[in-house]
Amino acid sequence: MLNFIWLIPIFPLLGAAIQLFFGRRSSNKAVSAVSVGLPGLSFAWAVGCFIQFLGLPESHQHVFHKHLYTWLPAGAFHLSNGSLGNLNVNVGMQLDPLSCVMVLVVTGVGFLIHVYSIGYMAHEGGYYRFFGYLNLFMFSMLVLVLADNYLMMFVGWEGVGLCSYLLIGFYFLRKSAADAGKKAFIVNRIGDAAFLLGVMLMVVTFGTLDFHTITEAARSGQFVVGSGVITTICILLFIGATGKSAQIPLYIWLPDAMEGPTPVSALIHAATMVTAGVYMVARLNALYALSPTALALVAGIGAATAIWAASIGLVQNDIKRVLAYSTVSQLGYMFLACGVGAFTAGVFHLMTHAFFKALLFLGSGSVIHAMSGEQDMRKMGALWHKIPTTAKTMLVGTLAISGAPLLSGFFSKDEILWQSFSSPYGNKLLWVVGVVTAAMTAFYMFRLFFLTFAGNSRVPHEVEHHIHESPAAMTVPLICLAVGAVGAGWVGWPKVLGGANWFEKFLEPVFENPSARPALDHTWNLEFGLMFLSVLVALMGFLVAYRWYVKQPGIADRVAAAAGGIYNLLLHKYYIDEIYDALFVNRAKDLGSALAAFDLGVIDGGVNGAGWLTRMSGEISCLWDTWVIDGMVNVVAFVVRIMSWPARIVQTGLVQNYAWFITLGVLVFMVYYVLH
Amino acid sequence: MILTEYYIFLGTGLFIIGVIGVLTRRNVLIILMSIELILNAVNINLMAFSQYFKSVDGQVFAIFVITDAAAEAAVGLGLIIAFFRNKETVNADEIDLLKW
Repeated sequence: MLNFIWLIPIFPLLGAAIQLFFGRRSSNKAVSAVSVGLPGLSFAWAVGCFIQFLGLPESHQHVFHKHLYTWLPAGAFHLSNGSLGNLNVNVGMQLDPLSCVMVLVVTGVGFLIHVYSIGYMAHEGGYYRFFGYLNLFMFSMLVLVLADNYLMMFVGWEGVGLCSYLLIGFYFLRKSAADAGKKAFIVNRIGDAAFLLGVMLMVVTFGTLDFHTITEAARSGQFVVGSGVITTICILLFIGATGKSAQIPLYIWLPDAMEGPTPVSALIHAATMVTAGVYMVARLNALYALSPTALALVAGIGAATAIWAASIGLVQNDIKRVLAYSTVSQLGYMFLACGVGAFTAGVFHLMTHAFFKALLFLGSGSVIHAMSGEQDMRKMGALWHKIPTTAKTMLVGTLAISGAPLLSGFFSKDEILWQSFSSPYGNKLLWVVGVVTAAMTAFYMFRLFFLTFAGNSRVPHEVEHHIHESPAAMTVPLICLAVGAVGAGWVGWPKVLGGANWFEKFLEPVFENPSARPALDHTWNLEFGLMFLSVLVALMGFLVAYRWYVKQPGIADRVAAAAGGIYNLLLHKYYIDEIYDALFVNRAKDLGSALAAFDLGVIDGGVNGAGWLTRMSGEISCLWDTWVIDGMVNVVAFVVRIMSWPARIVQTGLVQNYAWFITLGVLVFMVYYVLH
Repeated sequence: MILTEYYIFLGTGLFIIGVIGVLTRRNVLIILMSIELILNAVNINLMAFSQYFKSVDGQVFAIFVITDAAAEAAVGLGLIIAFFRNKETVNADEIDLLKW
C-alpha cells in the first residue's frame, strides 16, 4: 500500500473531477455515493499505509519516501554562500510520523464531515458543486501534508486556499458570502506572498526544497544558532502561517468565513486547512530550533492571538462566530506550543482540536439545521430535550475543549500549558496568558452550550414546531467525532498521570534537534500542580457561565451593562475590521484610484495626445494641400481660362454663325477690293 | 435677245436670297433649299457667260454643278434624317456639337 501512497490524494481528485465535469446531471444519490465514497476509500488507504508504516523495520521507521517524478529540473545556479547548487523539484510523497498524523486527521475527520454533508446539504442547490469543491479541498490538503518538498507543499497550500474561497462563497448570491470569500482569499494572499519569499530564500540558502535535505542541513551544524538568514526564512514562513492559520494580524478573515456552509467551517476552517500553518511550522522545526528570535515571535503571536480571540469570543451572539473565534484562539495555542519549542504538543493539540472543533461545528450545524437556519443564540435555548443526540455530543465537545479531565482537550492543552511554563523557550507570562485563555475558553464554550440547550426557550413560535433532530447521516458523524473527542487524547497520556505518552515517542524522530535547548529537570509535583490549577481555572469558567446563564439569567446583561465600554469593544471585535479598513483597505483603494487617475490622465492622456497631434498635423497638411498645392494648380487653370475667353466665345458650335463670319469676311474683302 | 446683265442681275438676286436664307433661317431643310438656290444662281451665271462667250464650257460646268447639287442634296438629307433620329430636331440653333 505504501508504494501506492499517491492514491490517497488521487481518490478525492477523481471525485472532484467527476463532480465538477459530470455532476450537474447526476442525482444527489449518485453524487454522494461517489464523493463520499472516494474520500472514504482514501481514508481506508491512509489507514492501510499507516499500519504498514508502523510495521516498517526500525531503520525505516522515521520516514518513508516515494519519488514520483521530477517536476522542475531547474539546473545549476549559485547559492548565497557562493557554492554551486543544483535545484531539482520533485513530485514525491513523504510519510513520516508528522504527516501520518496529518493524513489520518484529514482523511478521517474529512470523511466524517463528508458523510455529515449528505444530510446537511440535502436540500441545498448546487449539491454536486459543493461535493466537487469539498473533494478538491481534500485533494489539495492531502497534497499539502504528503508533499516531500516546500514547493509542492505550496501547491497544496494554494489549492486549499482556492477551495476555501470557493466554499466560503458557496452561497455566492448572498453578497456577504461573496465578500467573505474575497476577504479570505485576499488576506491569505498576503501570507502566501511571504511564504513564497521564504521558499525562495530557502532555495538560495540550501539549494534544495526537500524537507529531508533541509532538515539534515539544519541539524548538521553548518548554521549557527541565531543565524540571520535562518531567522528571516522562519519569520517569512511564519507570516505565511499567520495568513493561513488566522493569527494576529491576519486572523480577520476566519470569523467572516463562517458565511460558508457549516460542514465547510468544520472541515476547512476548524479541523484541517487552518492547521496547515501549524503543520508547516512543525515541519520547519529544525530551522526554528536554530532561531530563538523566530520561536519567540511564534510564541508571542500565538499567545496574543489565543487571548485576543478568546476575549472576542466571550460576547459574540452568533453560534458559529463564537466557534470561529474559539478556533482562532485554539490555533494560537498551537503556535504557542510550537513557539516554546514543544512541537509535539502543538501537533497533539492540532489533532485533538480537529476532533472536538469539528464536532462542535457539526453540532452547531445540526442546531442551525434544527432551527431552520437561525444562528443567533439569543433566539435559542432549552433545546436539550428537543435534539438530544446533538445536545449530548455538543456537551462532549464543550467539555473536551474546556479541558475537562481525561477528555482529549485536557491532555493537549495541559501539555501546552506545561511546556510554556517549563520549556527553556517558555516563560511565566506565556503560561499566565495560556491559563487565562483556558478560563475564557471554558466560559464562552459553556455560555454557548447553556444559551443553546439550557435555560428558557427564546425560540420564536413559527420556528419552534419545526425543531427536529437531524437525520442519521448527520448524527452518526457527530457520535463518531464525540468518541474521537473523548479518546483522541489518550494516545498522548502524559507520564505524570502514569501514561506512556506514545504520541510524543511516535513523533520524536521528527522533532529531535541537537541545537534545541535541553529541557530543564522538573518535578512531577509541579506539573501535576499546574495541571490541577488549569482544571480549576476551567471549572471556574464553567461555574461562572452556569451562574450567569442558567441559575440567574439576568446577571449576564447586568454585567454587560456595567462593563459597557469593554463589552462594546469586545462585541465589535476591537473594531479591528474598521481599523484595517481605515489603515489598509481604504489606503489600497486610494492607491487604486490614484493609479486609475494616473492611467486616465497620464497614460491615456499621452496616447490621446499622440492621436490629437497626428490628427492636427493631418488637418494642417490637408489645409496646405487644399489651399496651396491645389491652389497653384487652380490658379494656372484659372489664368488659362481667363486668357482663352476671347477665343472661346467665337466657338459657338452653330454652323450658321460660322457662315456669318465667312460671309462677312467675304464682304469685307469685297469692300476692300472695291475701294482700292 | 436678252442682255447678259439681266442674267447676272437674276443670278445675283438669287444668290443673295440664298445667302440670306442660309444665314437667317433656322430650319436645316430650308438652309439646304437655300443652298440649292445659291447653286442655281451660279448655274445661271455660268449659262449667261457661256452664251456671252459663245462657248460650251459654261454649259458643261453647269451640268457638273447640277450633278453636284443632286449628290449634295442626297447627302445633306441623309445627314438631316440621321441627326433628327438622334436629337429629334431640325433647328440649326440647337445643333452646336462643334463647340469645343
